[in-house]
Amino acid sequence: MNAASFRPIAPRAAPVRTEGALPWLKRSLFSNAPSTLATLVLLGLAVWWLPQLISWGLLKAVFAPSFEQCQAARGFGACWGVVTEKYRLIIFGRYPFEEQWRPLIATVAMVAALVASCIRVFWRPWLVLLWAAMLALFFGLMFGGFAGMEHVATDRWGGLPLTVLLATLSIVLAFPLAVVVALGRRSKMPAIKTLCVVYVELIRGVPLISVLFMASFMFPLFMPPGTSIDVLLRVLVGITLFSGAYMAEIVRGGLQAIPKGQQEAADTLGLSYWQAQRKIILPQALALVVPGIMNNFIAIFKDTSLVTIVSLYELTGAMGLALNSDSDWRPFKIEAYLFIAAIYFIFCFSMSRYSLWIERRLSASKNR
Amino acid sequence: MPEAIITFEKVNKWYGNNFHVLRDIDLSVAKGERIVICGPSGSGKSTLIRCINRLEEHQQGTLKVDGVELTDDVKAIERVRKQVGMVFQQFNLFPHLTVLENLTLAPMWVSKMPKADAEERAMQQLQRVRIAEQAEKYPLQLSGGQQQRVAIARALCLTPKIMLFDEPTSALDPEMIKEVLDVMTELAGQGITMLCVTHEMGFAKAVADRVIFMDQGQIVEENTPHEFFDNPKSDRTKDFLSKILGH
Repeated sequence: MNAASFRPIAPRAAPVRTEGALPWLKRSLFSNAPSTLATLVLLGLAVWWLPQLISWGLLKAVFAPSFEQCQAARGFGACWGVVTEKYRLIIFGRYPFEEQWRPLIATVAMVAALVASCIRVFWRPWLVLLWAAMLALFFGLMFGGFAGMEHVATDRWGGLPLTVLLATLSIVLAFPLAVVVALGRRSKMPAIKTLCVVYVELIRGVPLISVLFMASFMFPLFMPPGTSIDVLLRVLVGITLFSGAYMAEIVRGGLQAIPKGQQEAADTLGLSYWQAQRKIILPQALALVVPGIMNNFIAIFKDTSLVTIVSLYELTGAMGLALNSDSDWRPFKIEAYLFIAAIYFIFCFSMSRYSLWIERRLSASKNR
Repeated sequence: MPEAIITFEKVNKWYGNNFHVLRDIDLSVAKGERIVICGPSGSGKSTLIRCINRLEEHQQGTLKVDGVELTDDVKAIERVRKQVGMVFQQFNLFPHLTVLENLTLAPMWVSKMPKADAEERAMQQLQRVRIAEQAEKYPLQLSGGQQQRVAIARALCLTPKIMLFDEPTSALDPEMIKEVLDVMTELAGQGITMLCVTHEMGFAKAVADRVIFMDQGQIVEENTPHEFFDNPKSDRTKDFLSKILGH
C-alpha cells in the first residue's frame, strides 16, 4: 500500500463479548487453574461453615434478656440476650439511667452534623455556625445543670457518646494541626522547622497509652496547686497531639510529591506563601494522601478505646463495665463484643466508603 | 539608546560552595527588546533568566528590574514579579484547576480583581493564543502545545512588561512546536520585552534583536542574529553553532 491510498479503517466491535454476568464470572472466578481452585476451596469452606454460623447466630440463638435461656443454649446458640439486657449500659456507660435521652439526642446531633459535613451542598460558610450550634447543644445536654436538667460531670460520661465526641473533636482538631506542622517541617525558618521536627519525633517515639497516662496522671503534678483541668479535656488534647503528629507525616508525604514547578509557577504569578499553599499546593497534596488520611481517621476512632485506662468509659470500656460487674452475664462477653464490633464497623466502614467517594471525585476532575 | 529595563552588573551566583553558575554577568536589556539566549546545557542560561524574577537569588553584583533592585526585600520581589511573566519548559499549569481558573487565579488573588473582570481578561488572552474553546477543560486534557499556549496566556493575564521563556518548546512533540512559536512570534511584534532561552534558531533569526551565547556561566558572545549566525566571533560559538545547525 502506498501513502496516496491511505484510508482510515472504521472501528469494529470486539470479537468476544466482555460485558455481562457470565463473562464477568469467567474472568473473575474461573480465569485460570489457580483461580478456579481458589474459587472452589472458598466455596467449599462457605458451604461447610455458613450453616453453622447461621445456626449459632440466628436459629438457635436467644434474643430474650433471659439468663436461664442463655445458660441453656450455651455452646450451640448465641446469647443476644446479653445485648437486650445491657445495651443501655453498653451504649451510654455510667451516665445516669433516667437522663440517658440527653446523650442520645446529643450523639444523634453530632452524627447528623458529621454526615452533613460530608455532603457537598453543605460546604458553605454557615457550616461553621452549624457546628458551633451543634457543639453548644451537645455539651449543654451532656453537662446539664440548667432547665431542670441534673448536672452530670464528665467522669460519668461514657459509651458511644464519648467515643463519638473524642473521635470527632480529635479528628477536627488534629487535621489542621497536621497541615500546619507538615508545612512547618518544610519551612526555611530553622526555629519553626526544628520545633515541628521535635514535636513529630517526640510523639512518634511513644505509644498512645503513655501519652494518655501523662495527660491524665503526670500533667496534674506540674500544675500549680488548686488548679485543675478536666480529665476529658486533657485526654482530648493528648489524642489530638498524638494523631496530629502521625497525620503531619502523611501530609508531608503529599507535599513532597508536588513538583517544584508548581511552587515556582505560583511564585512567578506573585502569589504569597499562604495563597500558594492554600490554592495550589495543599489541594493537590491532600488529594494525593486521602487514603492515608482516612486510615488515620479510622485509627483515631478505634484508638479512643484506649481512654478506658484513664477511667473514661467509652464504648469498649462501658461494655467491660457492664459485664464485669455482673457474674451472671460475664460468660456471654463474646456476643457483647460482637455487638460493639458491629457499631465500630458501621462507623469505620462508612468512613472508608466516603474516602473512596472523595478519591473518585478528585480524580474525575483531572483525567480525560 | 532606549532606556534599560533590566540591568545585570557583575552578577555572580554559586550553587553550594563550589559550583560557580553565573560569572561576572554584565547585561543590559532595553525596553521592548527581544533577546534569545542559547548555549550548551549547564551553561547557566536558565539560571540567568530565573534570577530576573528571583526564582534564584544571586550572591554578588546588582540586578535591577524596572528600576527595582532585587535583594532579600520581599516587597521589592513582589513588585518585580508583578512586572515579569514567565513560561516554563514543563508548562507548570495547575492540574487541579480548569484552564480558565488557571488564568483568573492571580488576577483575582494578587491583583484583587473582581471575578467577572478576571474572566473577561482571561478569555481575551485565551483568544490571543487561539485556545478560547478549551477554557472549561483541565490542563491534562490538552495537548502539550495547547498547554504551553495556556501557560503563555496565564502569564499575560497580569499584563507584564517583561516575559521570560525558559525553553518553552523543549518538552513538545515536533508537530506542536510551531503553534507555540507562532504565538510567541506574534507576541514579539507587540512591544513587550522578551527574554527567551531556546535552541529554535529559526525563531531567533526571525524575531530576536540580539542573540546571547553563554558557556560555563559566562556570556561568551552577544550580537544581532544576522552577525551571530553568519559571522560568529569566538571559536566556542562556531563550535556550538556547527553542532546545532549541522544536522
